[in-house]
Amino acid sequence: MTDKSMNSVDKARRNLLKGGAAAAVVTLAPGVTLQTVQAAVTGPATSAKRWGMLVDANAPEGVWDLAVEACKAEQGWGKTENVNQATDPQWIRKVSIKDPKTGAKATLPVMCQHCAKPPCVDVCPTGASMKRADGIVLVDKHICIGCRFCMMACPYSCRSFVHEDVRGQKPHMPRGKGTVEACTMCVHRVDKGQKPACVDAVNAAGSNAIIFGDLNDPNSDIARAVSKFVTQRIRSDLGVEPGIHYRGI
Amino acid sequence: MAADTTVYKEIEGKGGDYFSLIGWLGVMILAALYAVYNMEHHGHVVTGMTNAVVWGTPHVLAIFLIVAASGALNVASISSVFGRTHYKPLSRISALTAVALLAGGLMVLVLDLGRPDRLIVAMTYYNFKSIFAWNIILYNGFFVIVLAYLWMMMERRMNPHSKKIGMMAFLWRLILTTGTGSIFGFLVARPGYDAAIMAPLFIAMSFAFGLAFFIIMISVSYKASDRPLGDFILFKMRNLLGVFIAAVLYFTAVQHLTNLYAAEHAGIEAFILWDGGIYTFLFWVVQIGLGSLIPLAILFNPASGRSCQGIMTAAGLVIIGGIAQLYVIIIGGQAFPLQLFPGMEVSSSFFDGAVHSYAPSHWEVMLGLGGIAAAILIIVIAVKYLPLLPTSLSDAKIDPHHKVK
Repeated sequence: MTDKSMNSVDKARRNLLKGGAAAAVVTLAPGVTLQTVQAAVTGPATSAKRWGMLVDANAPEGVWDLAVEACKAEQGWGKTENVNQATDPQWIRKVSIKDPKTGAKATLPVMCQHCAKPPCVDVCPTGASMKRADGIVLVDKHICIGCRFCMMACPYSCRSFVHEDVRGQKPHMPRGKGTVEACTMCVHRVDKGQKPACVDAVNAAGSNAIIFGDLNDPNSDIARAVSKFVTQRIRSDLGVEPGIHYRGI
Repeated sequence: MAADTTVYKEIEGKGGDYFSLIGWLGVMILAALYAVYNMEHHGHVVTGMTNAVVWGTPHVLAIFLIVAASGALNVASISSVFGRTHYKPLSRISALTAVALLAGGLMVLVLDLGRPDRLIVAMTYYNFKSIFAWNIILYNGFFVIVLAYLWMMMERRMNPHSKKIGMMAFLWRLILTTGTGSIFGFLVARPGYDAAIMAPLFIAMSFAFGLAFFIIMISVSYKASDRPLGDFILFKMRNLLGVFIAAVLYFTAVQHLTNLYAAEHAGIEAFILWDGGIYTFLFWVVQIGLGSLIPLAILFNPASGRSCQGIMTAAGLVIIGGIAQLYVIIIGGQAFPLQLFPGMEVSSSFFDGAVHSYAPSHWEVMLGLGGIAAAILIIVIAVKYLPLLPTSLSDAKIDPHHKVK
């Protein structure tokens, strides 16, 4: 690879991390190109935006299975050779809760909560765990050393360590044995003006159980919804200010 | 200050025992490297670690070594900083032991990373808000300061400066152990951690574990090299070990009593103290009983406390208890589920709400033991090539007021 093409790859990666991915197609050899990232139509990540979700825990349980499967398909996880629940990554999971005193039950999806003050980012020694200006929390897999301190720090058990070789990786989502990964809020889609895969899957089934959008935009569906209903955030007592809101828990 | 008349001399290190020890340690290190190869080639799936228990046996043994490292420096500090001259002859070996234990611990810690090949990344990318990043600086600084301290003690022209750097090394080690304890103290979400007491608890632990290792090492090396080891210095260290064991017990008691008072911590306390299975067993039987109360009884019993075997046995038990204590803190703290929905019954495919199971794999044990072997190997080789050990630690040599009875 020439210096010039290497520079363009680096630049494109940097832009992706900053949230303003420019289209970059690198010519490796005549007729062979490497498409690095898709163009972002939303511009560079900015703190003017705060991406978030509102999850309705009263929705029928079945929609969460759709969300989990859509995430697997979109991001390429859940394809280890031998299924081992204790070590296989889970970027989003369906959690059942029951109040032992009243018997009330609910089922809800739990994924990276994209905290405004993420403990995983605080503890990461190399800065691989990071938060974009628009609130999306990511892992830079190029500088993750696999120390797993972020997993110790995450209050939500939302991160997974890649315990073995990965198969079926997606071009937009490089994964690697020995590094930590989690929900990216489908940053590659959000930067193209699309919704995260789980949200699309739920919507496609005719449900509005997850609303995605910019919490800072008073006209967005999510901002209107969170101003209308009292919502909760998991372990709000910790003060980490998650971007994922819930109703009905 | 009176001139140091102690004669330091390299050990002979020629006998079959010496080389067989080197050989065994070498085998243990090779076994550790083979374990690392497997853990890296197949991934951590071959270990007992999971997405819930992310730090396993290698961390227990690595942190034991790192904590003991700063404690092993104490003998030198007591002499340099607190002016207890009878510890002066042991200062050199104390500093070397500290460096060796830290090297062994870091070897394990680094080789257990998901990407140990990216060590250079850890050294070049710093997130200064991370206590882990601070620890990388603290560990590297410890090597530099303690090696400089060692050099100043060994180089006659630099002797006058050794007190100053000895003070610096002492302060640095206090900060270092504070940093190690804070790895856990700063974890806000885990009910087993998230407490400022982790820092002083770890400092007390370092005093006890480091001295226990040091006592055994000195006793064995003086016996093996046929050099006199008097009761005076041994009993001084025995008394100190007793105080340190009591200090660990004190901080452990405060840690649990404080937690027991807060209703929100009732779950984790019941888990560790009452119904946590292996963790409850390790806490009460190994850490408190075998690792604290029995050693105290041995050390302060008029008969066993005056025998080298008795003191060594107590020191060995302190080490076993210490490893158990770290196992309870590190693994027990992770095995207890995070409280996403306090007061609710929680279940999921990711084992939310359930006690996480963990059983160490042989690879993890091999890696951890390899770190201990590496630390010992450094000491064994260093005492052969450097004048670290005094030719005599007899009472007449150590205690100026010694009288032959």
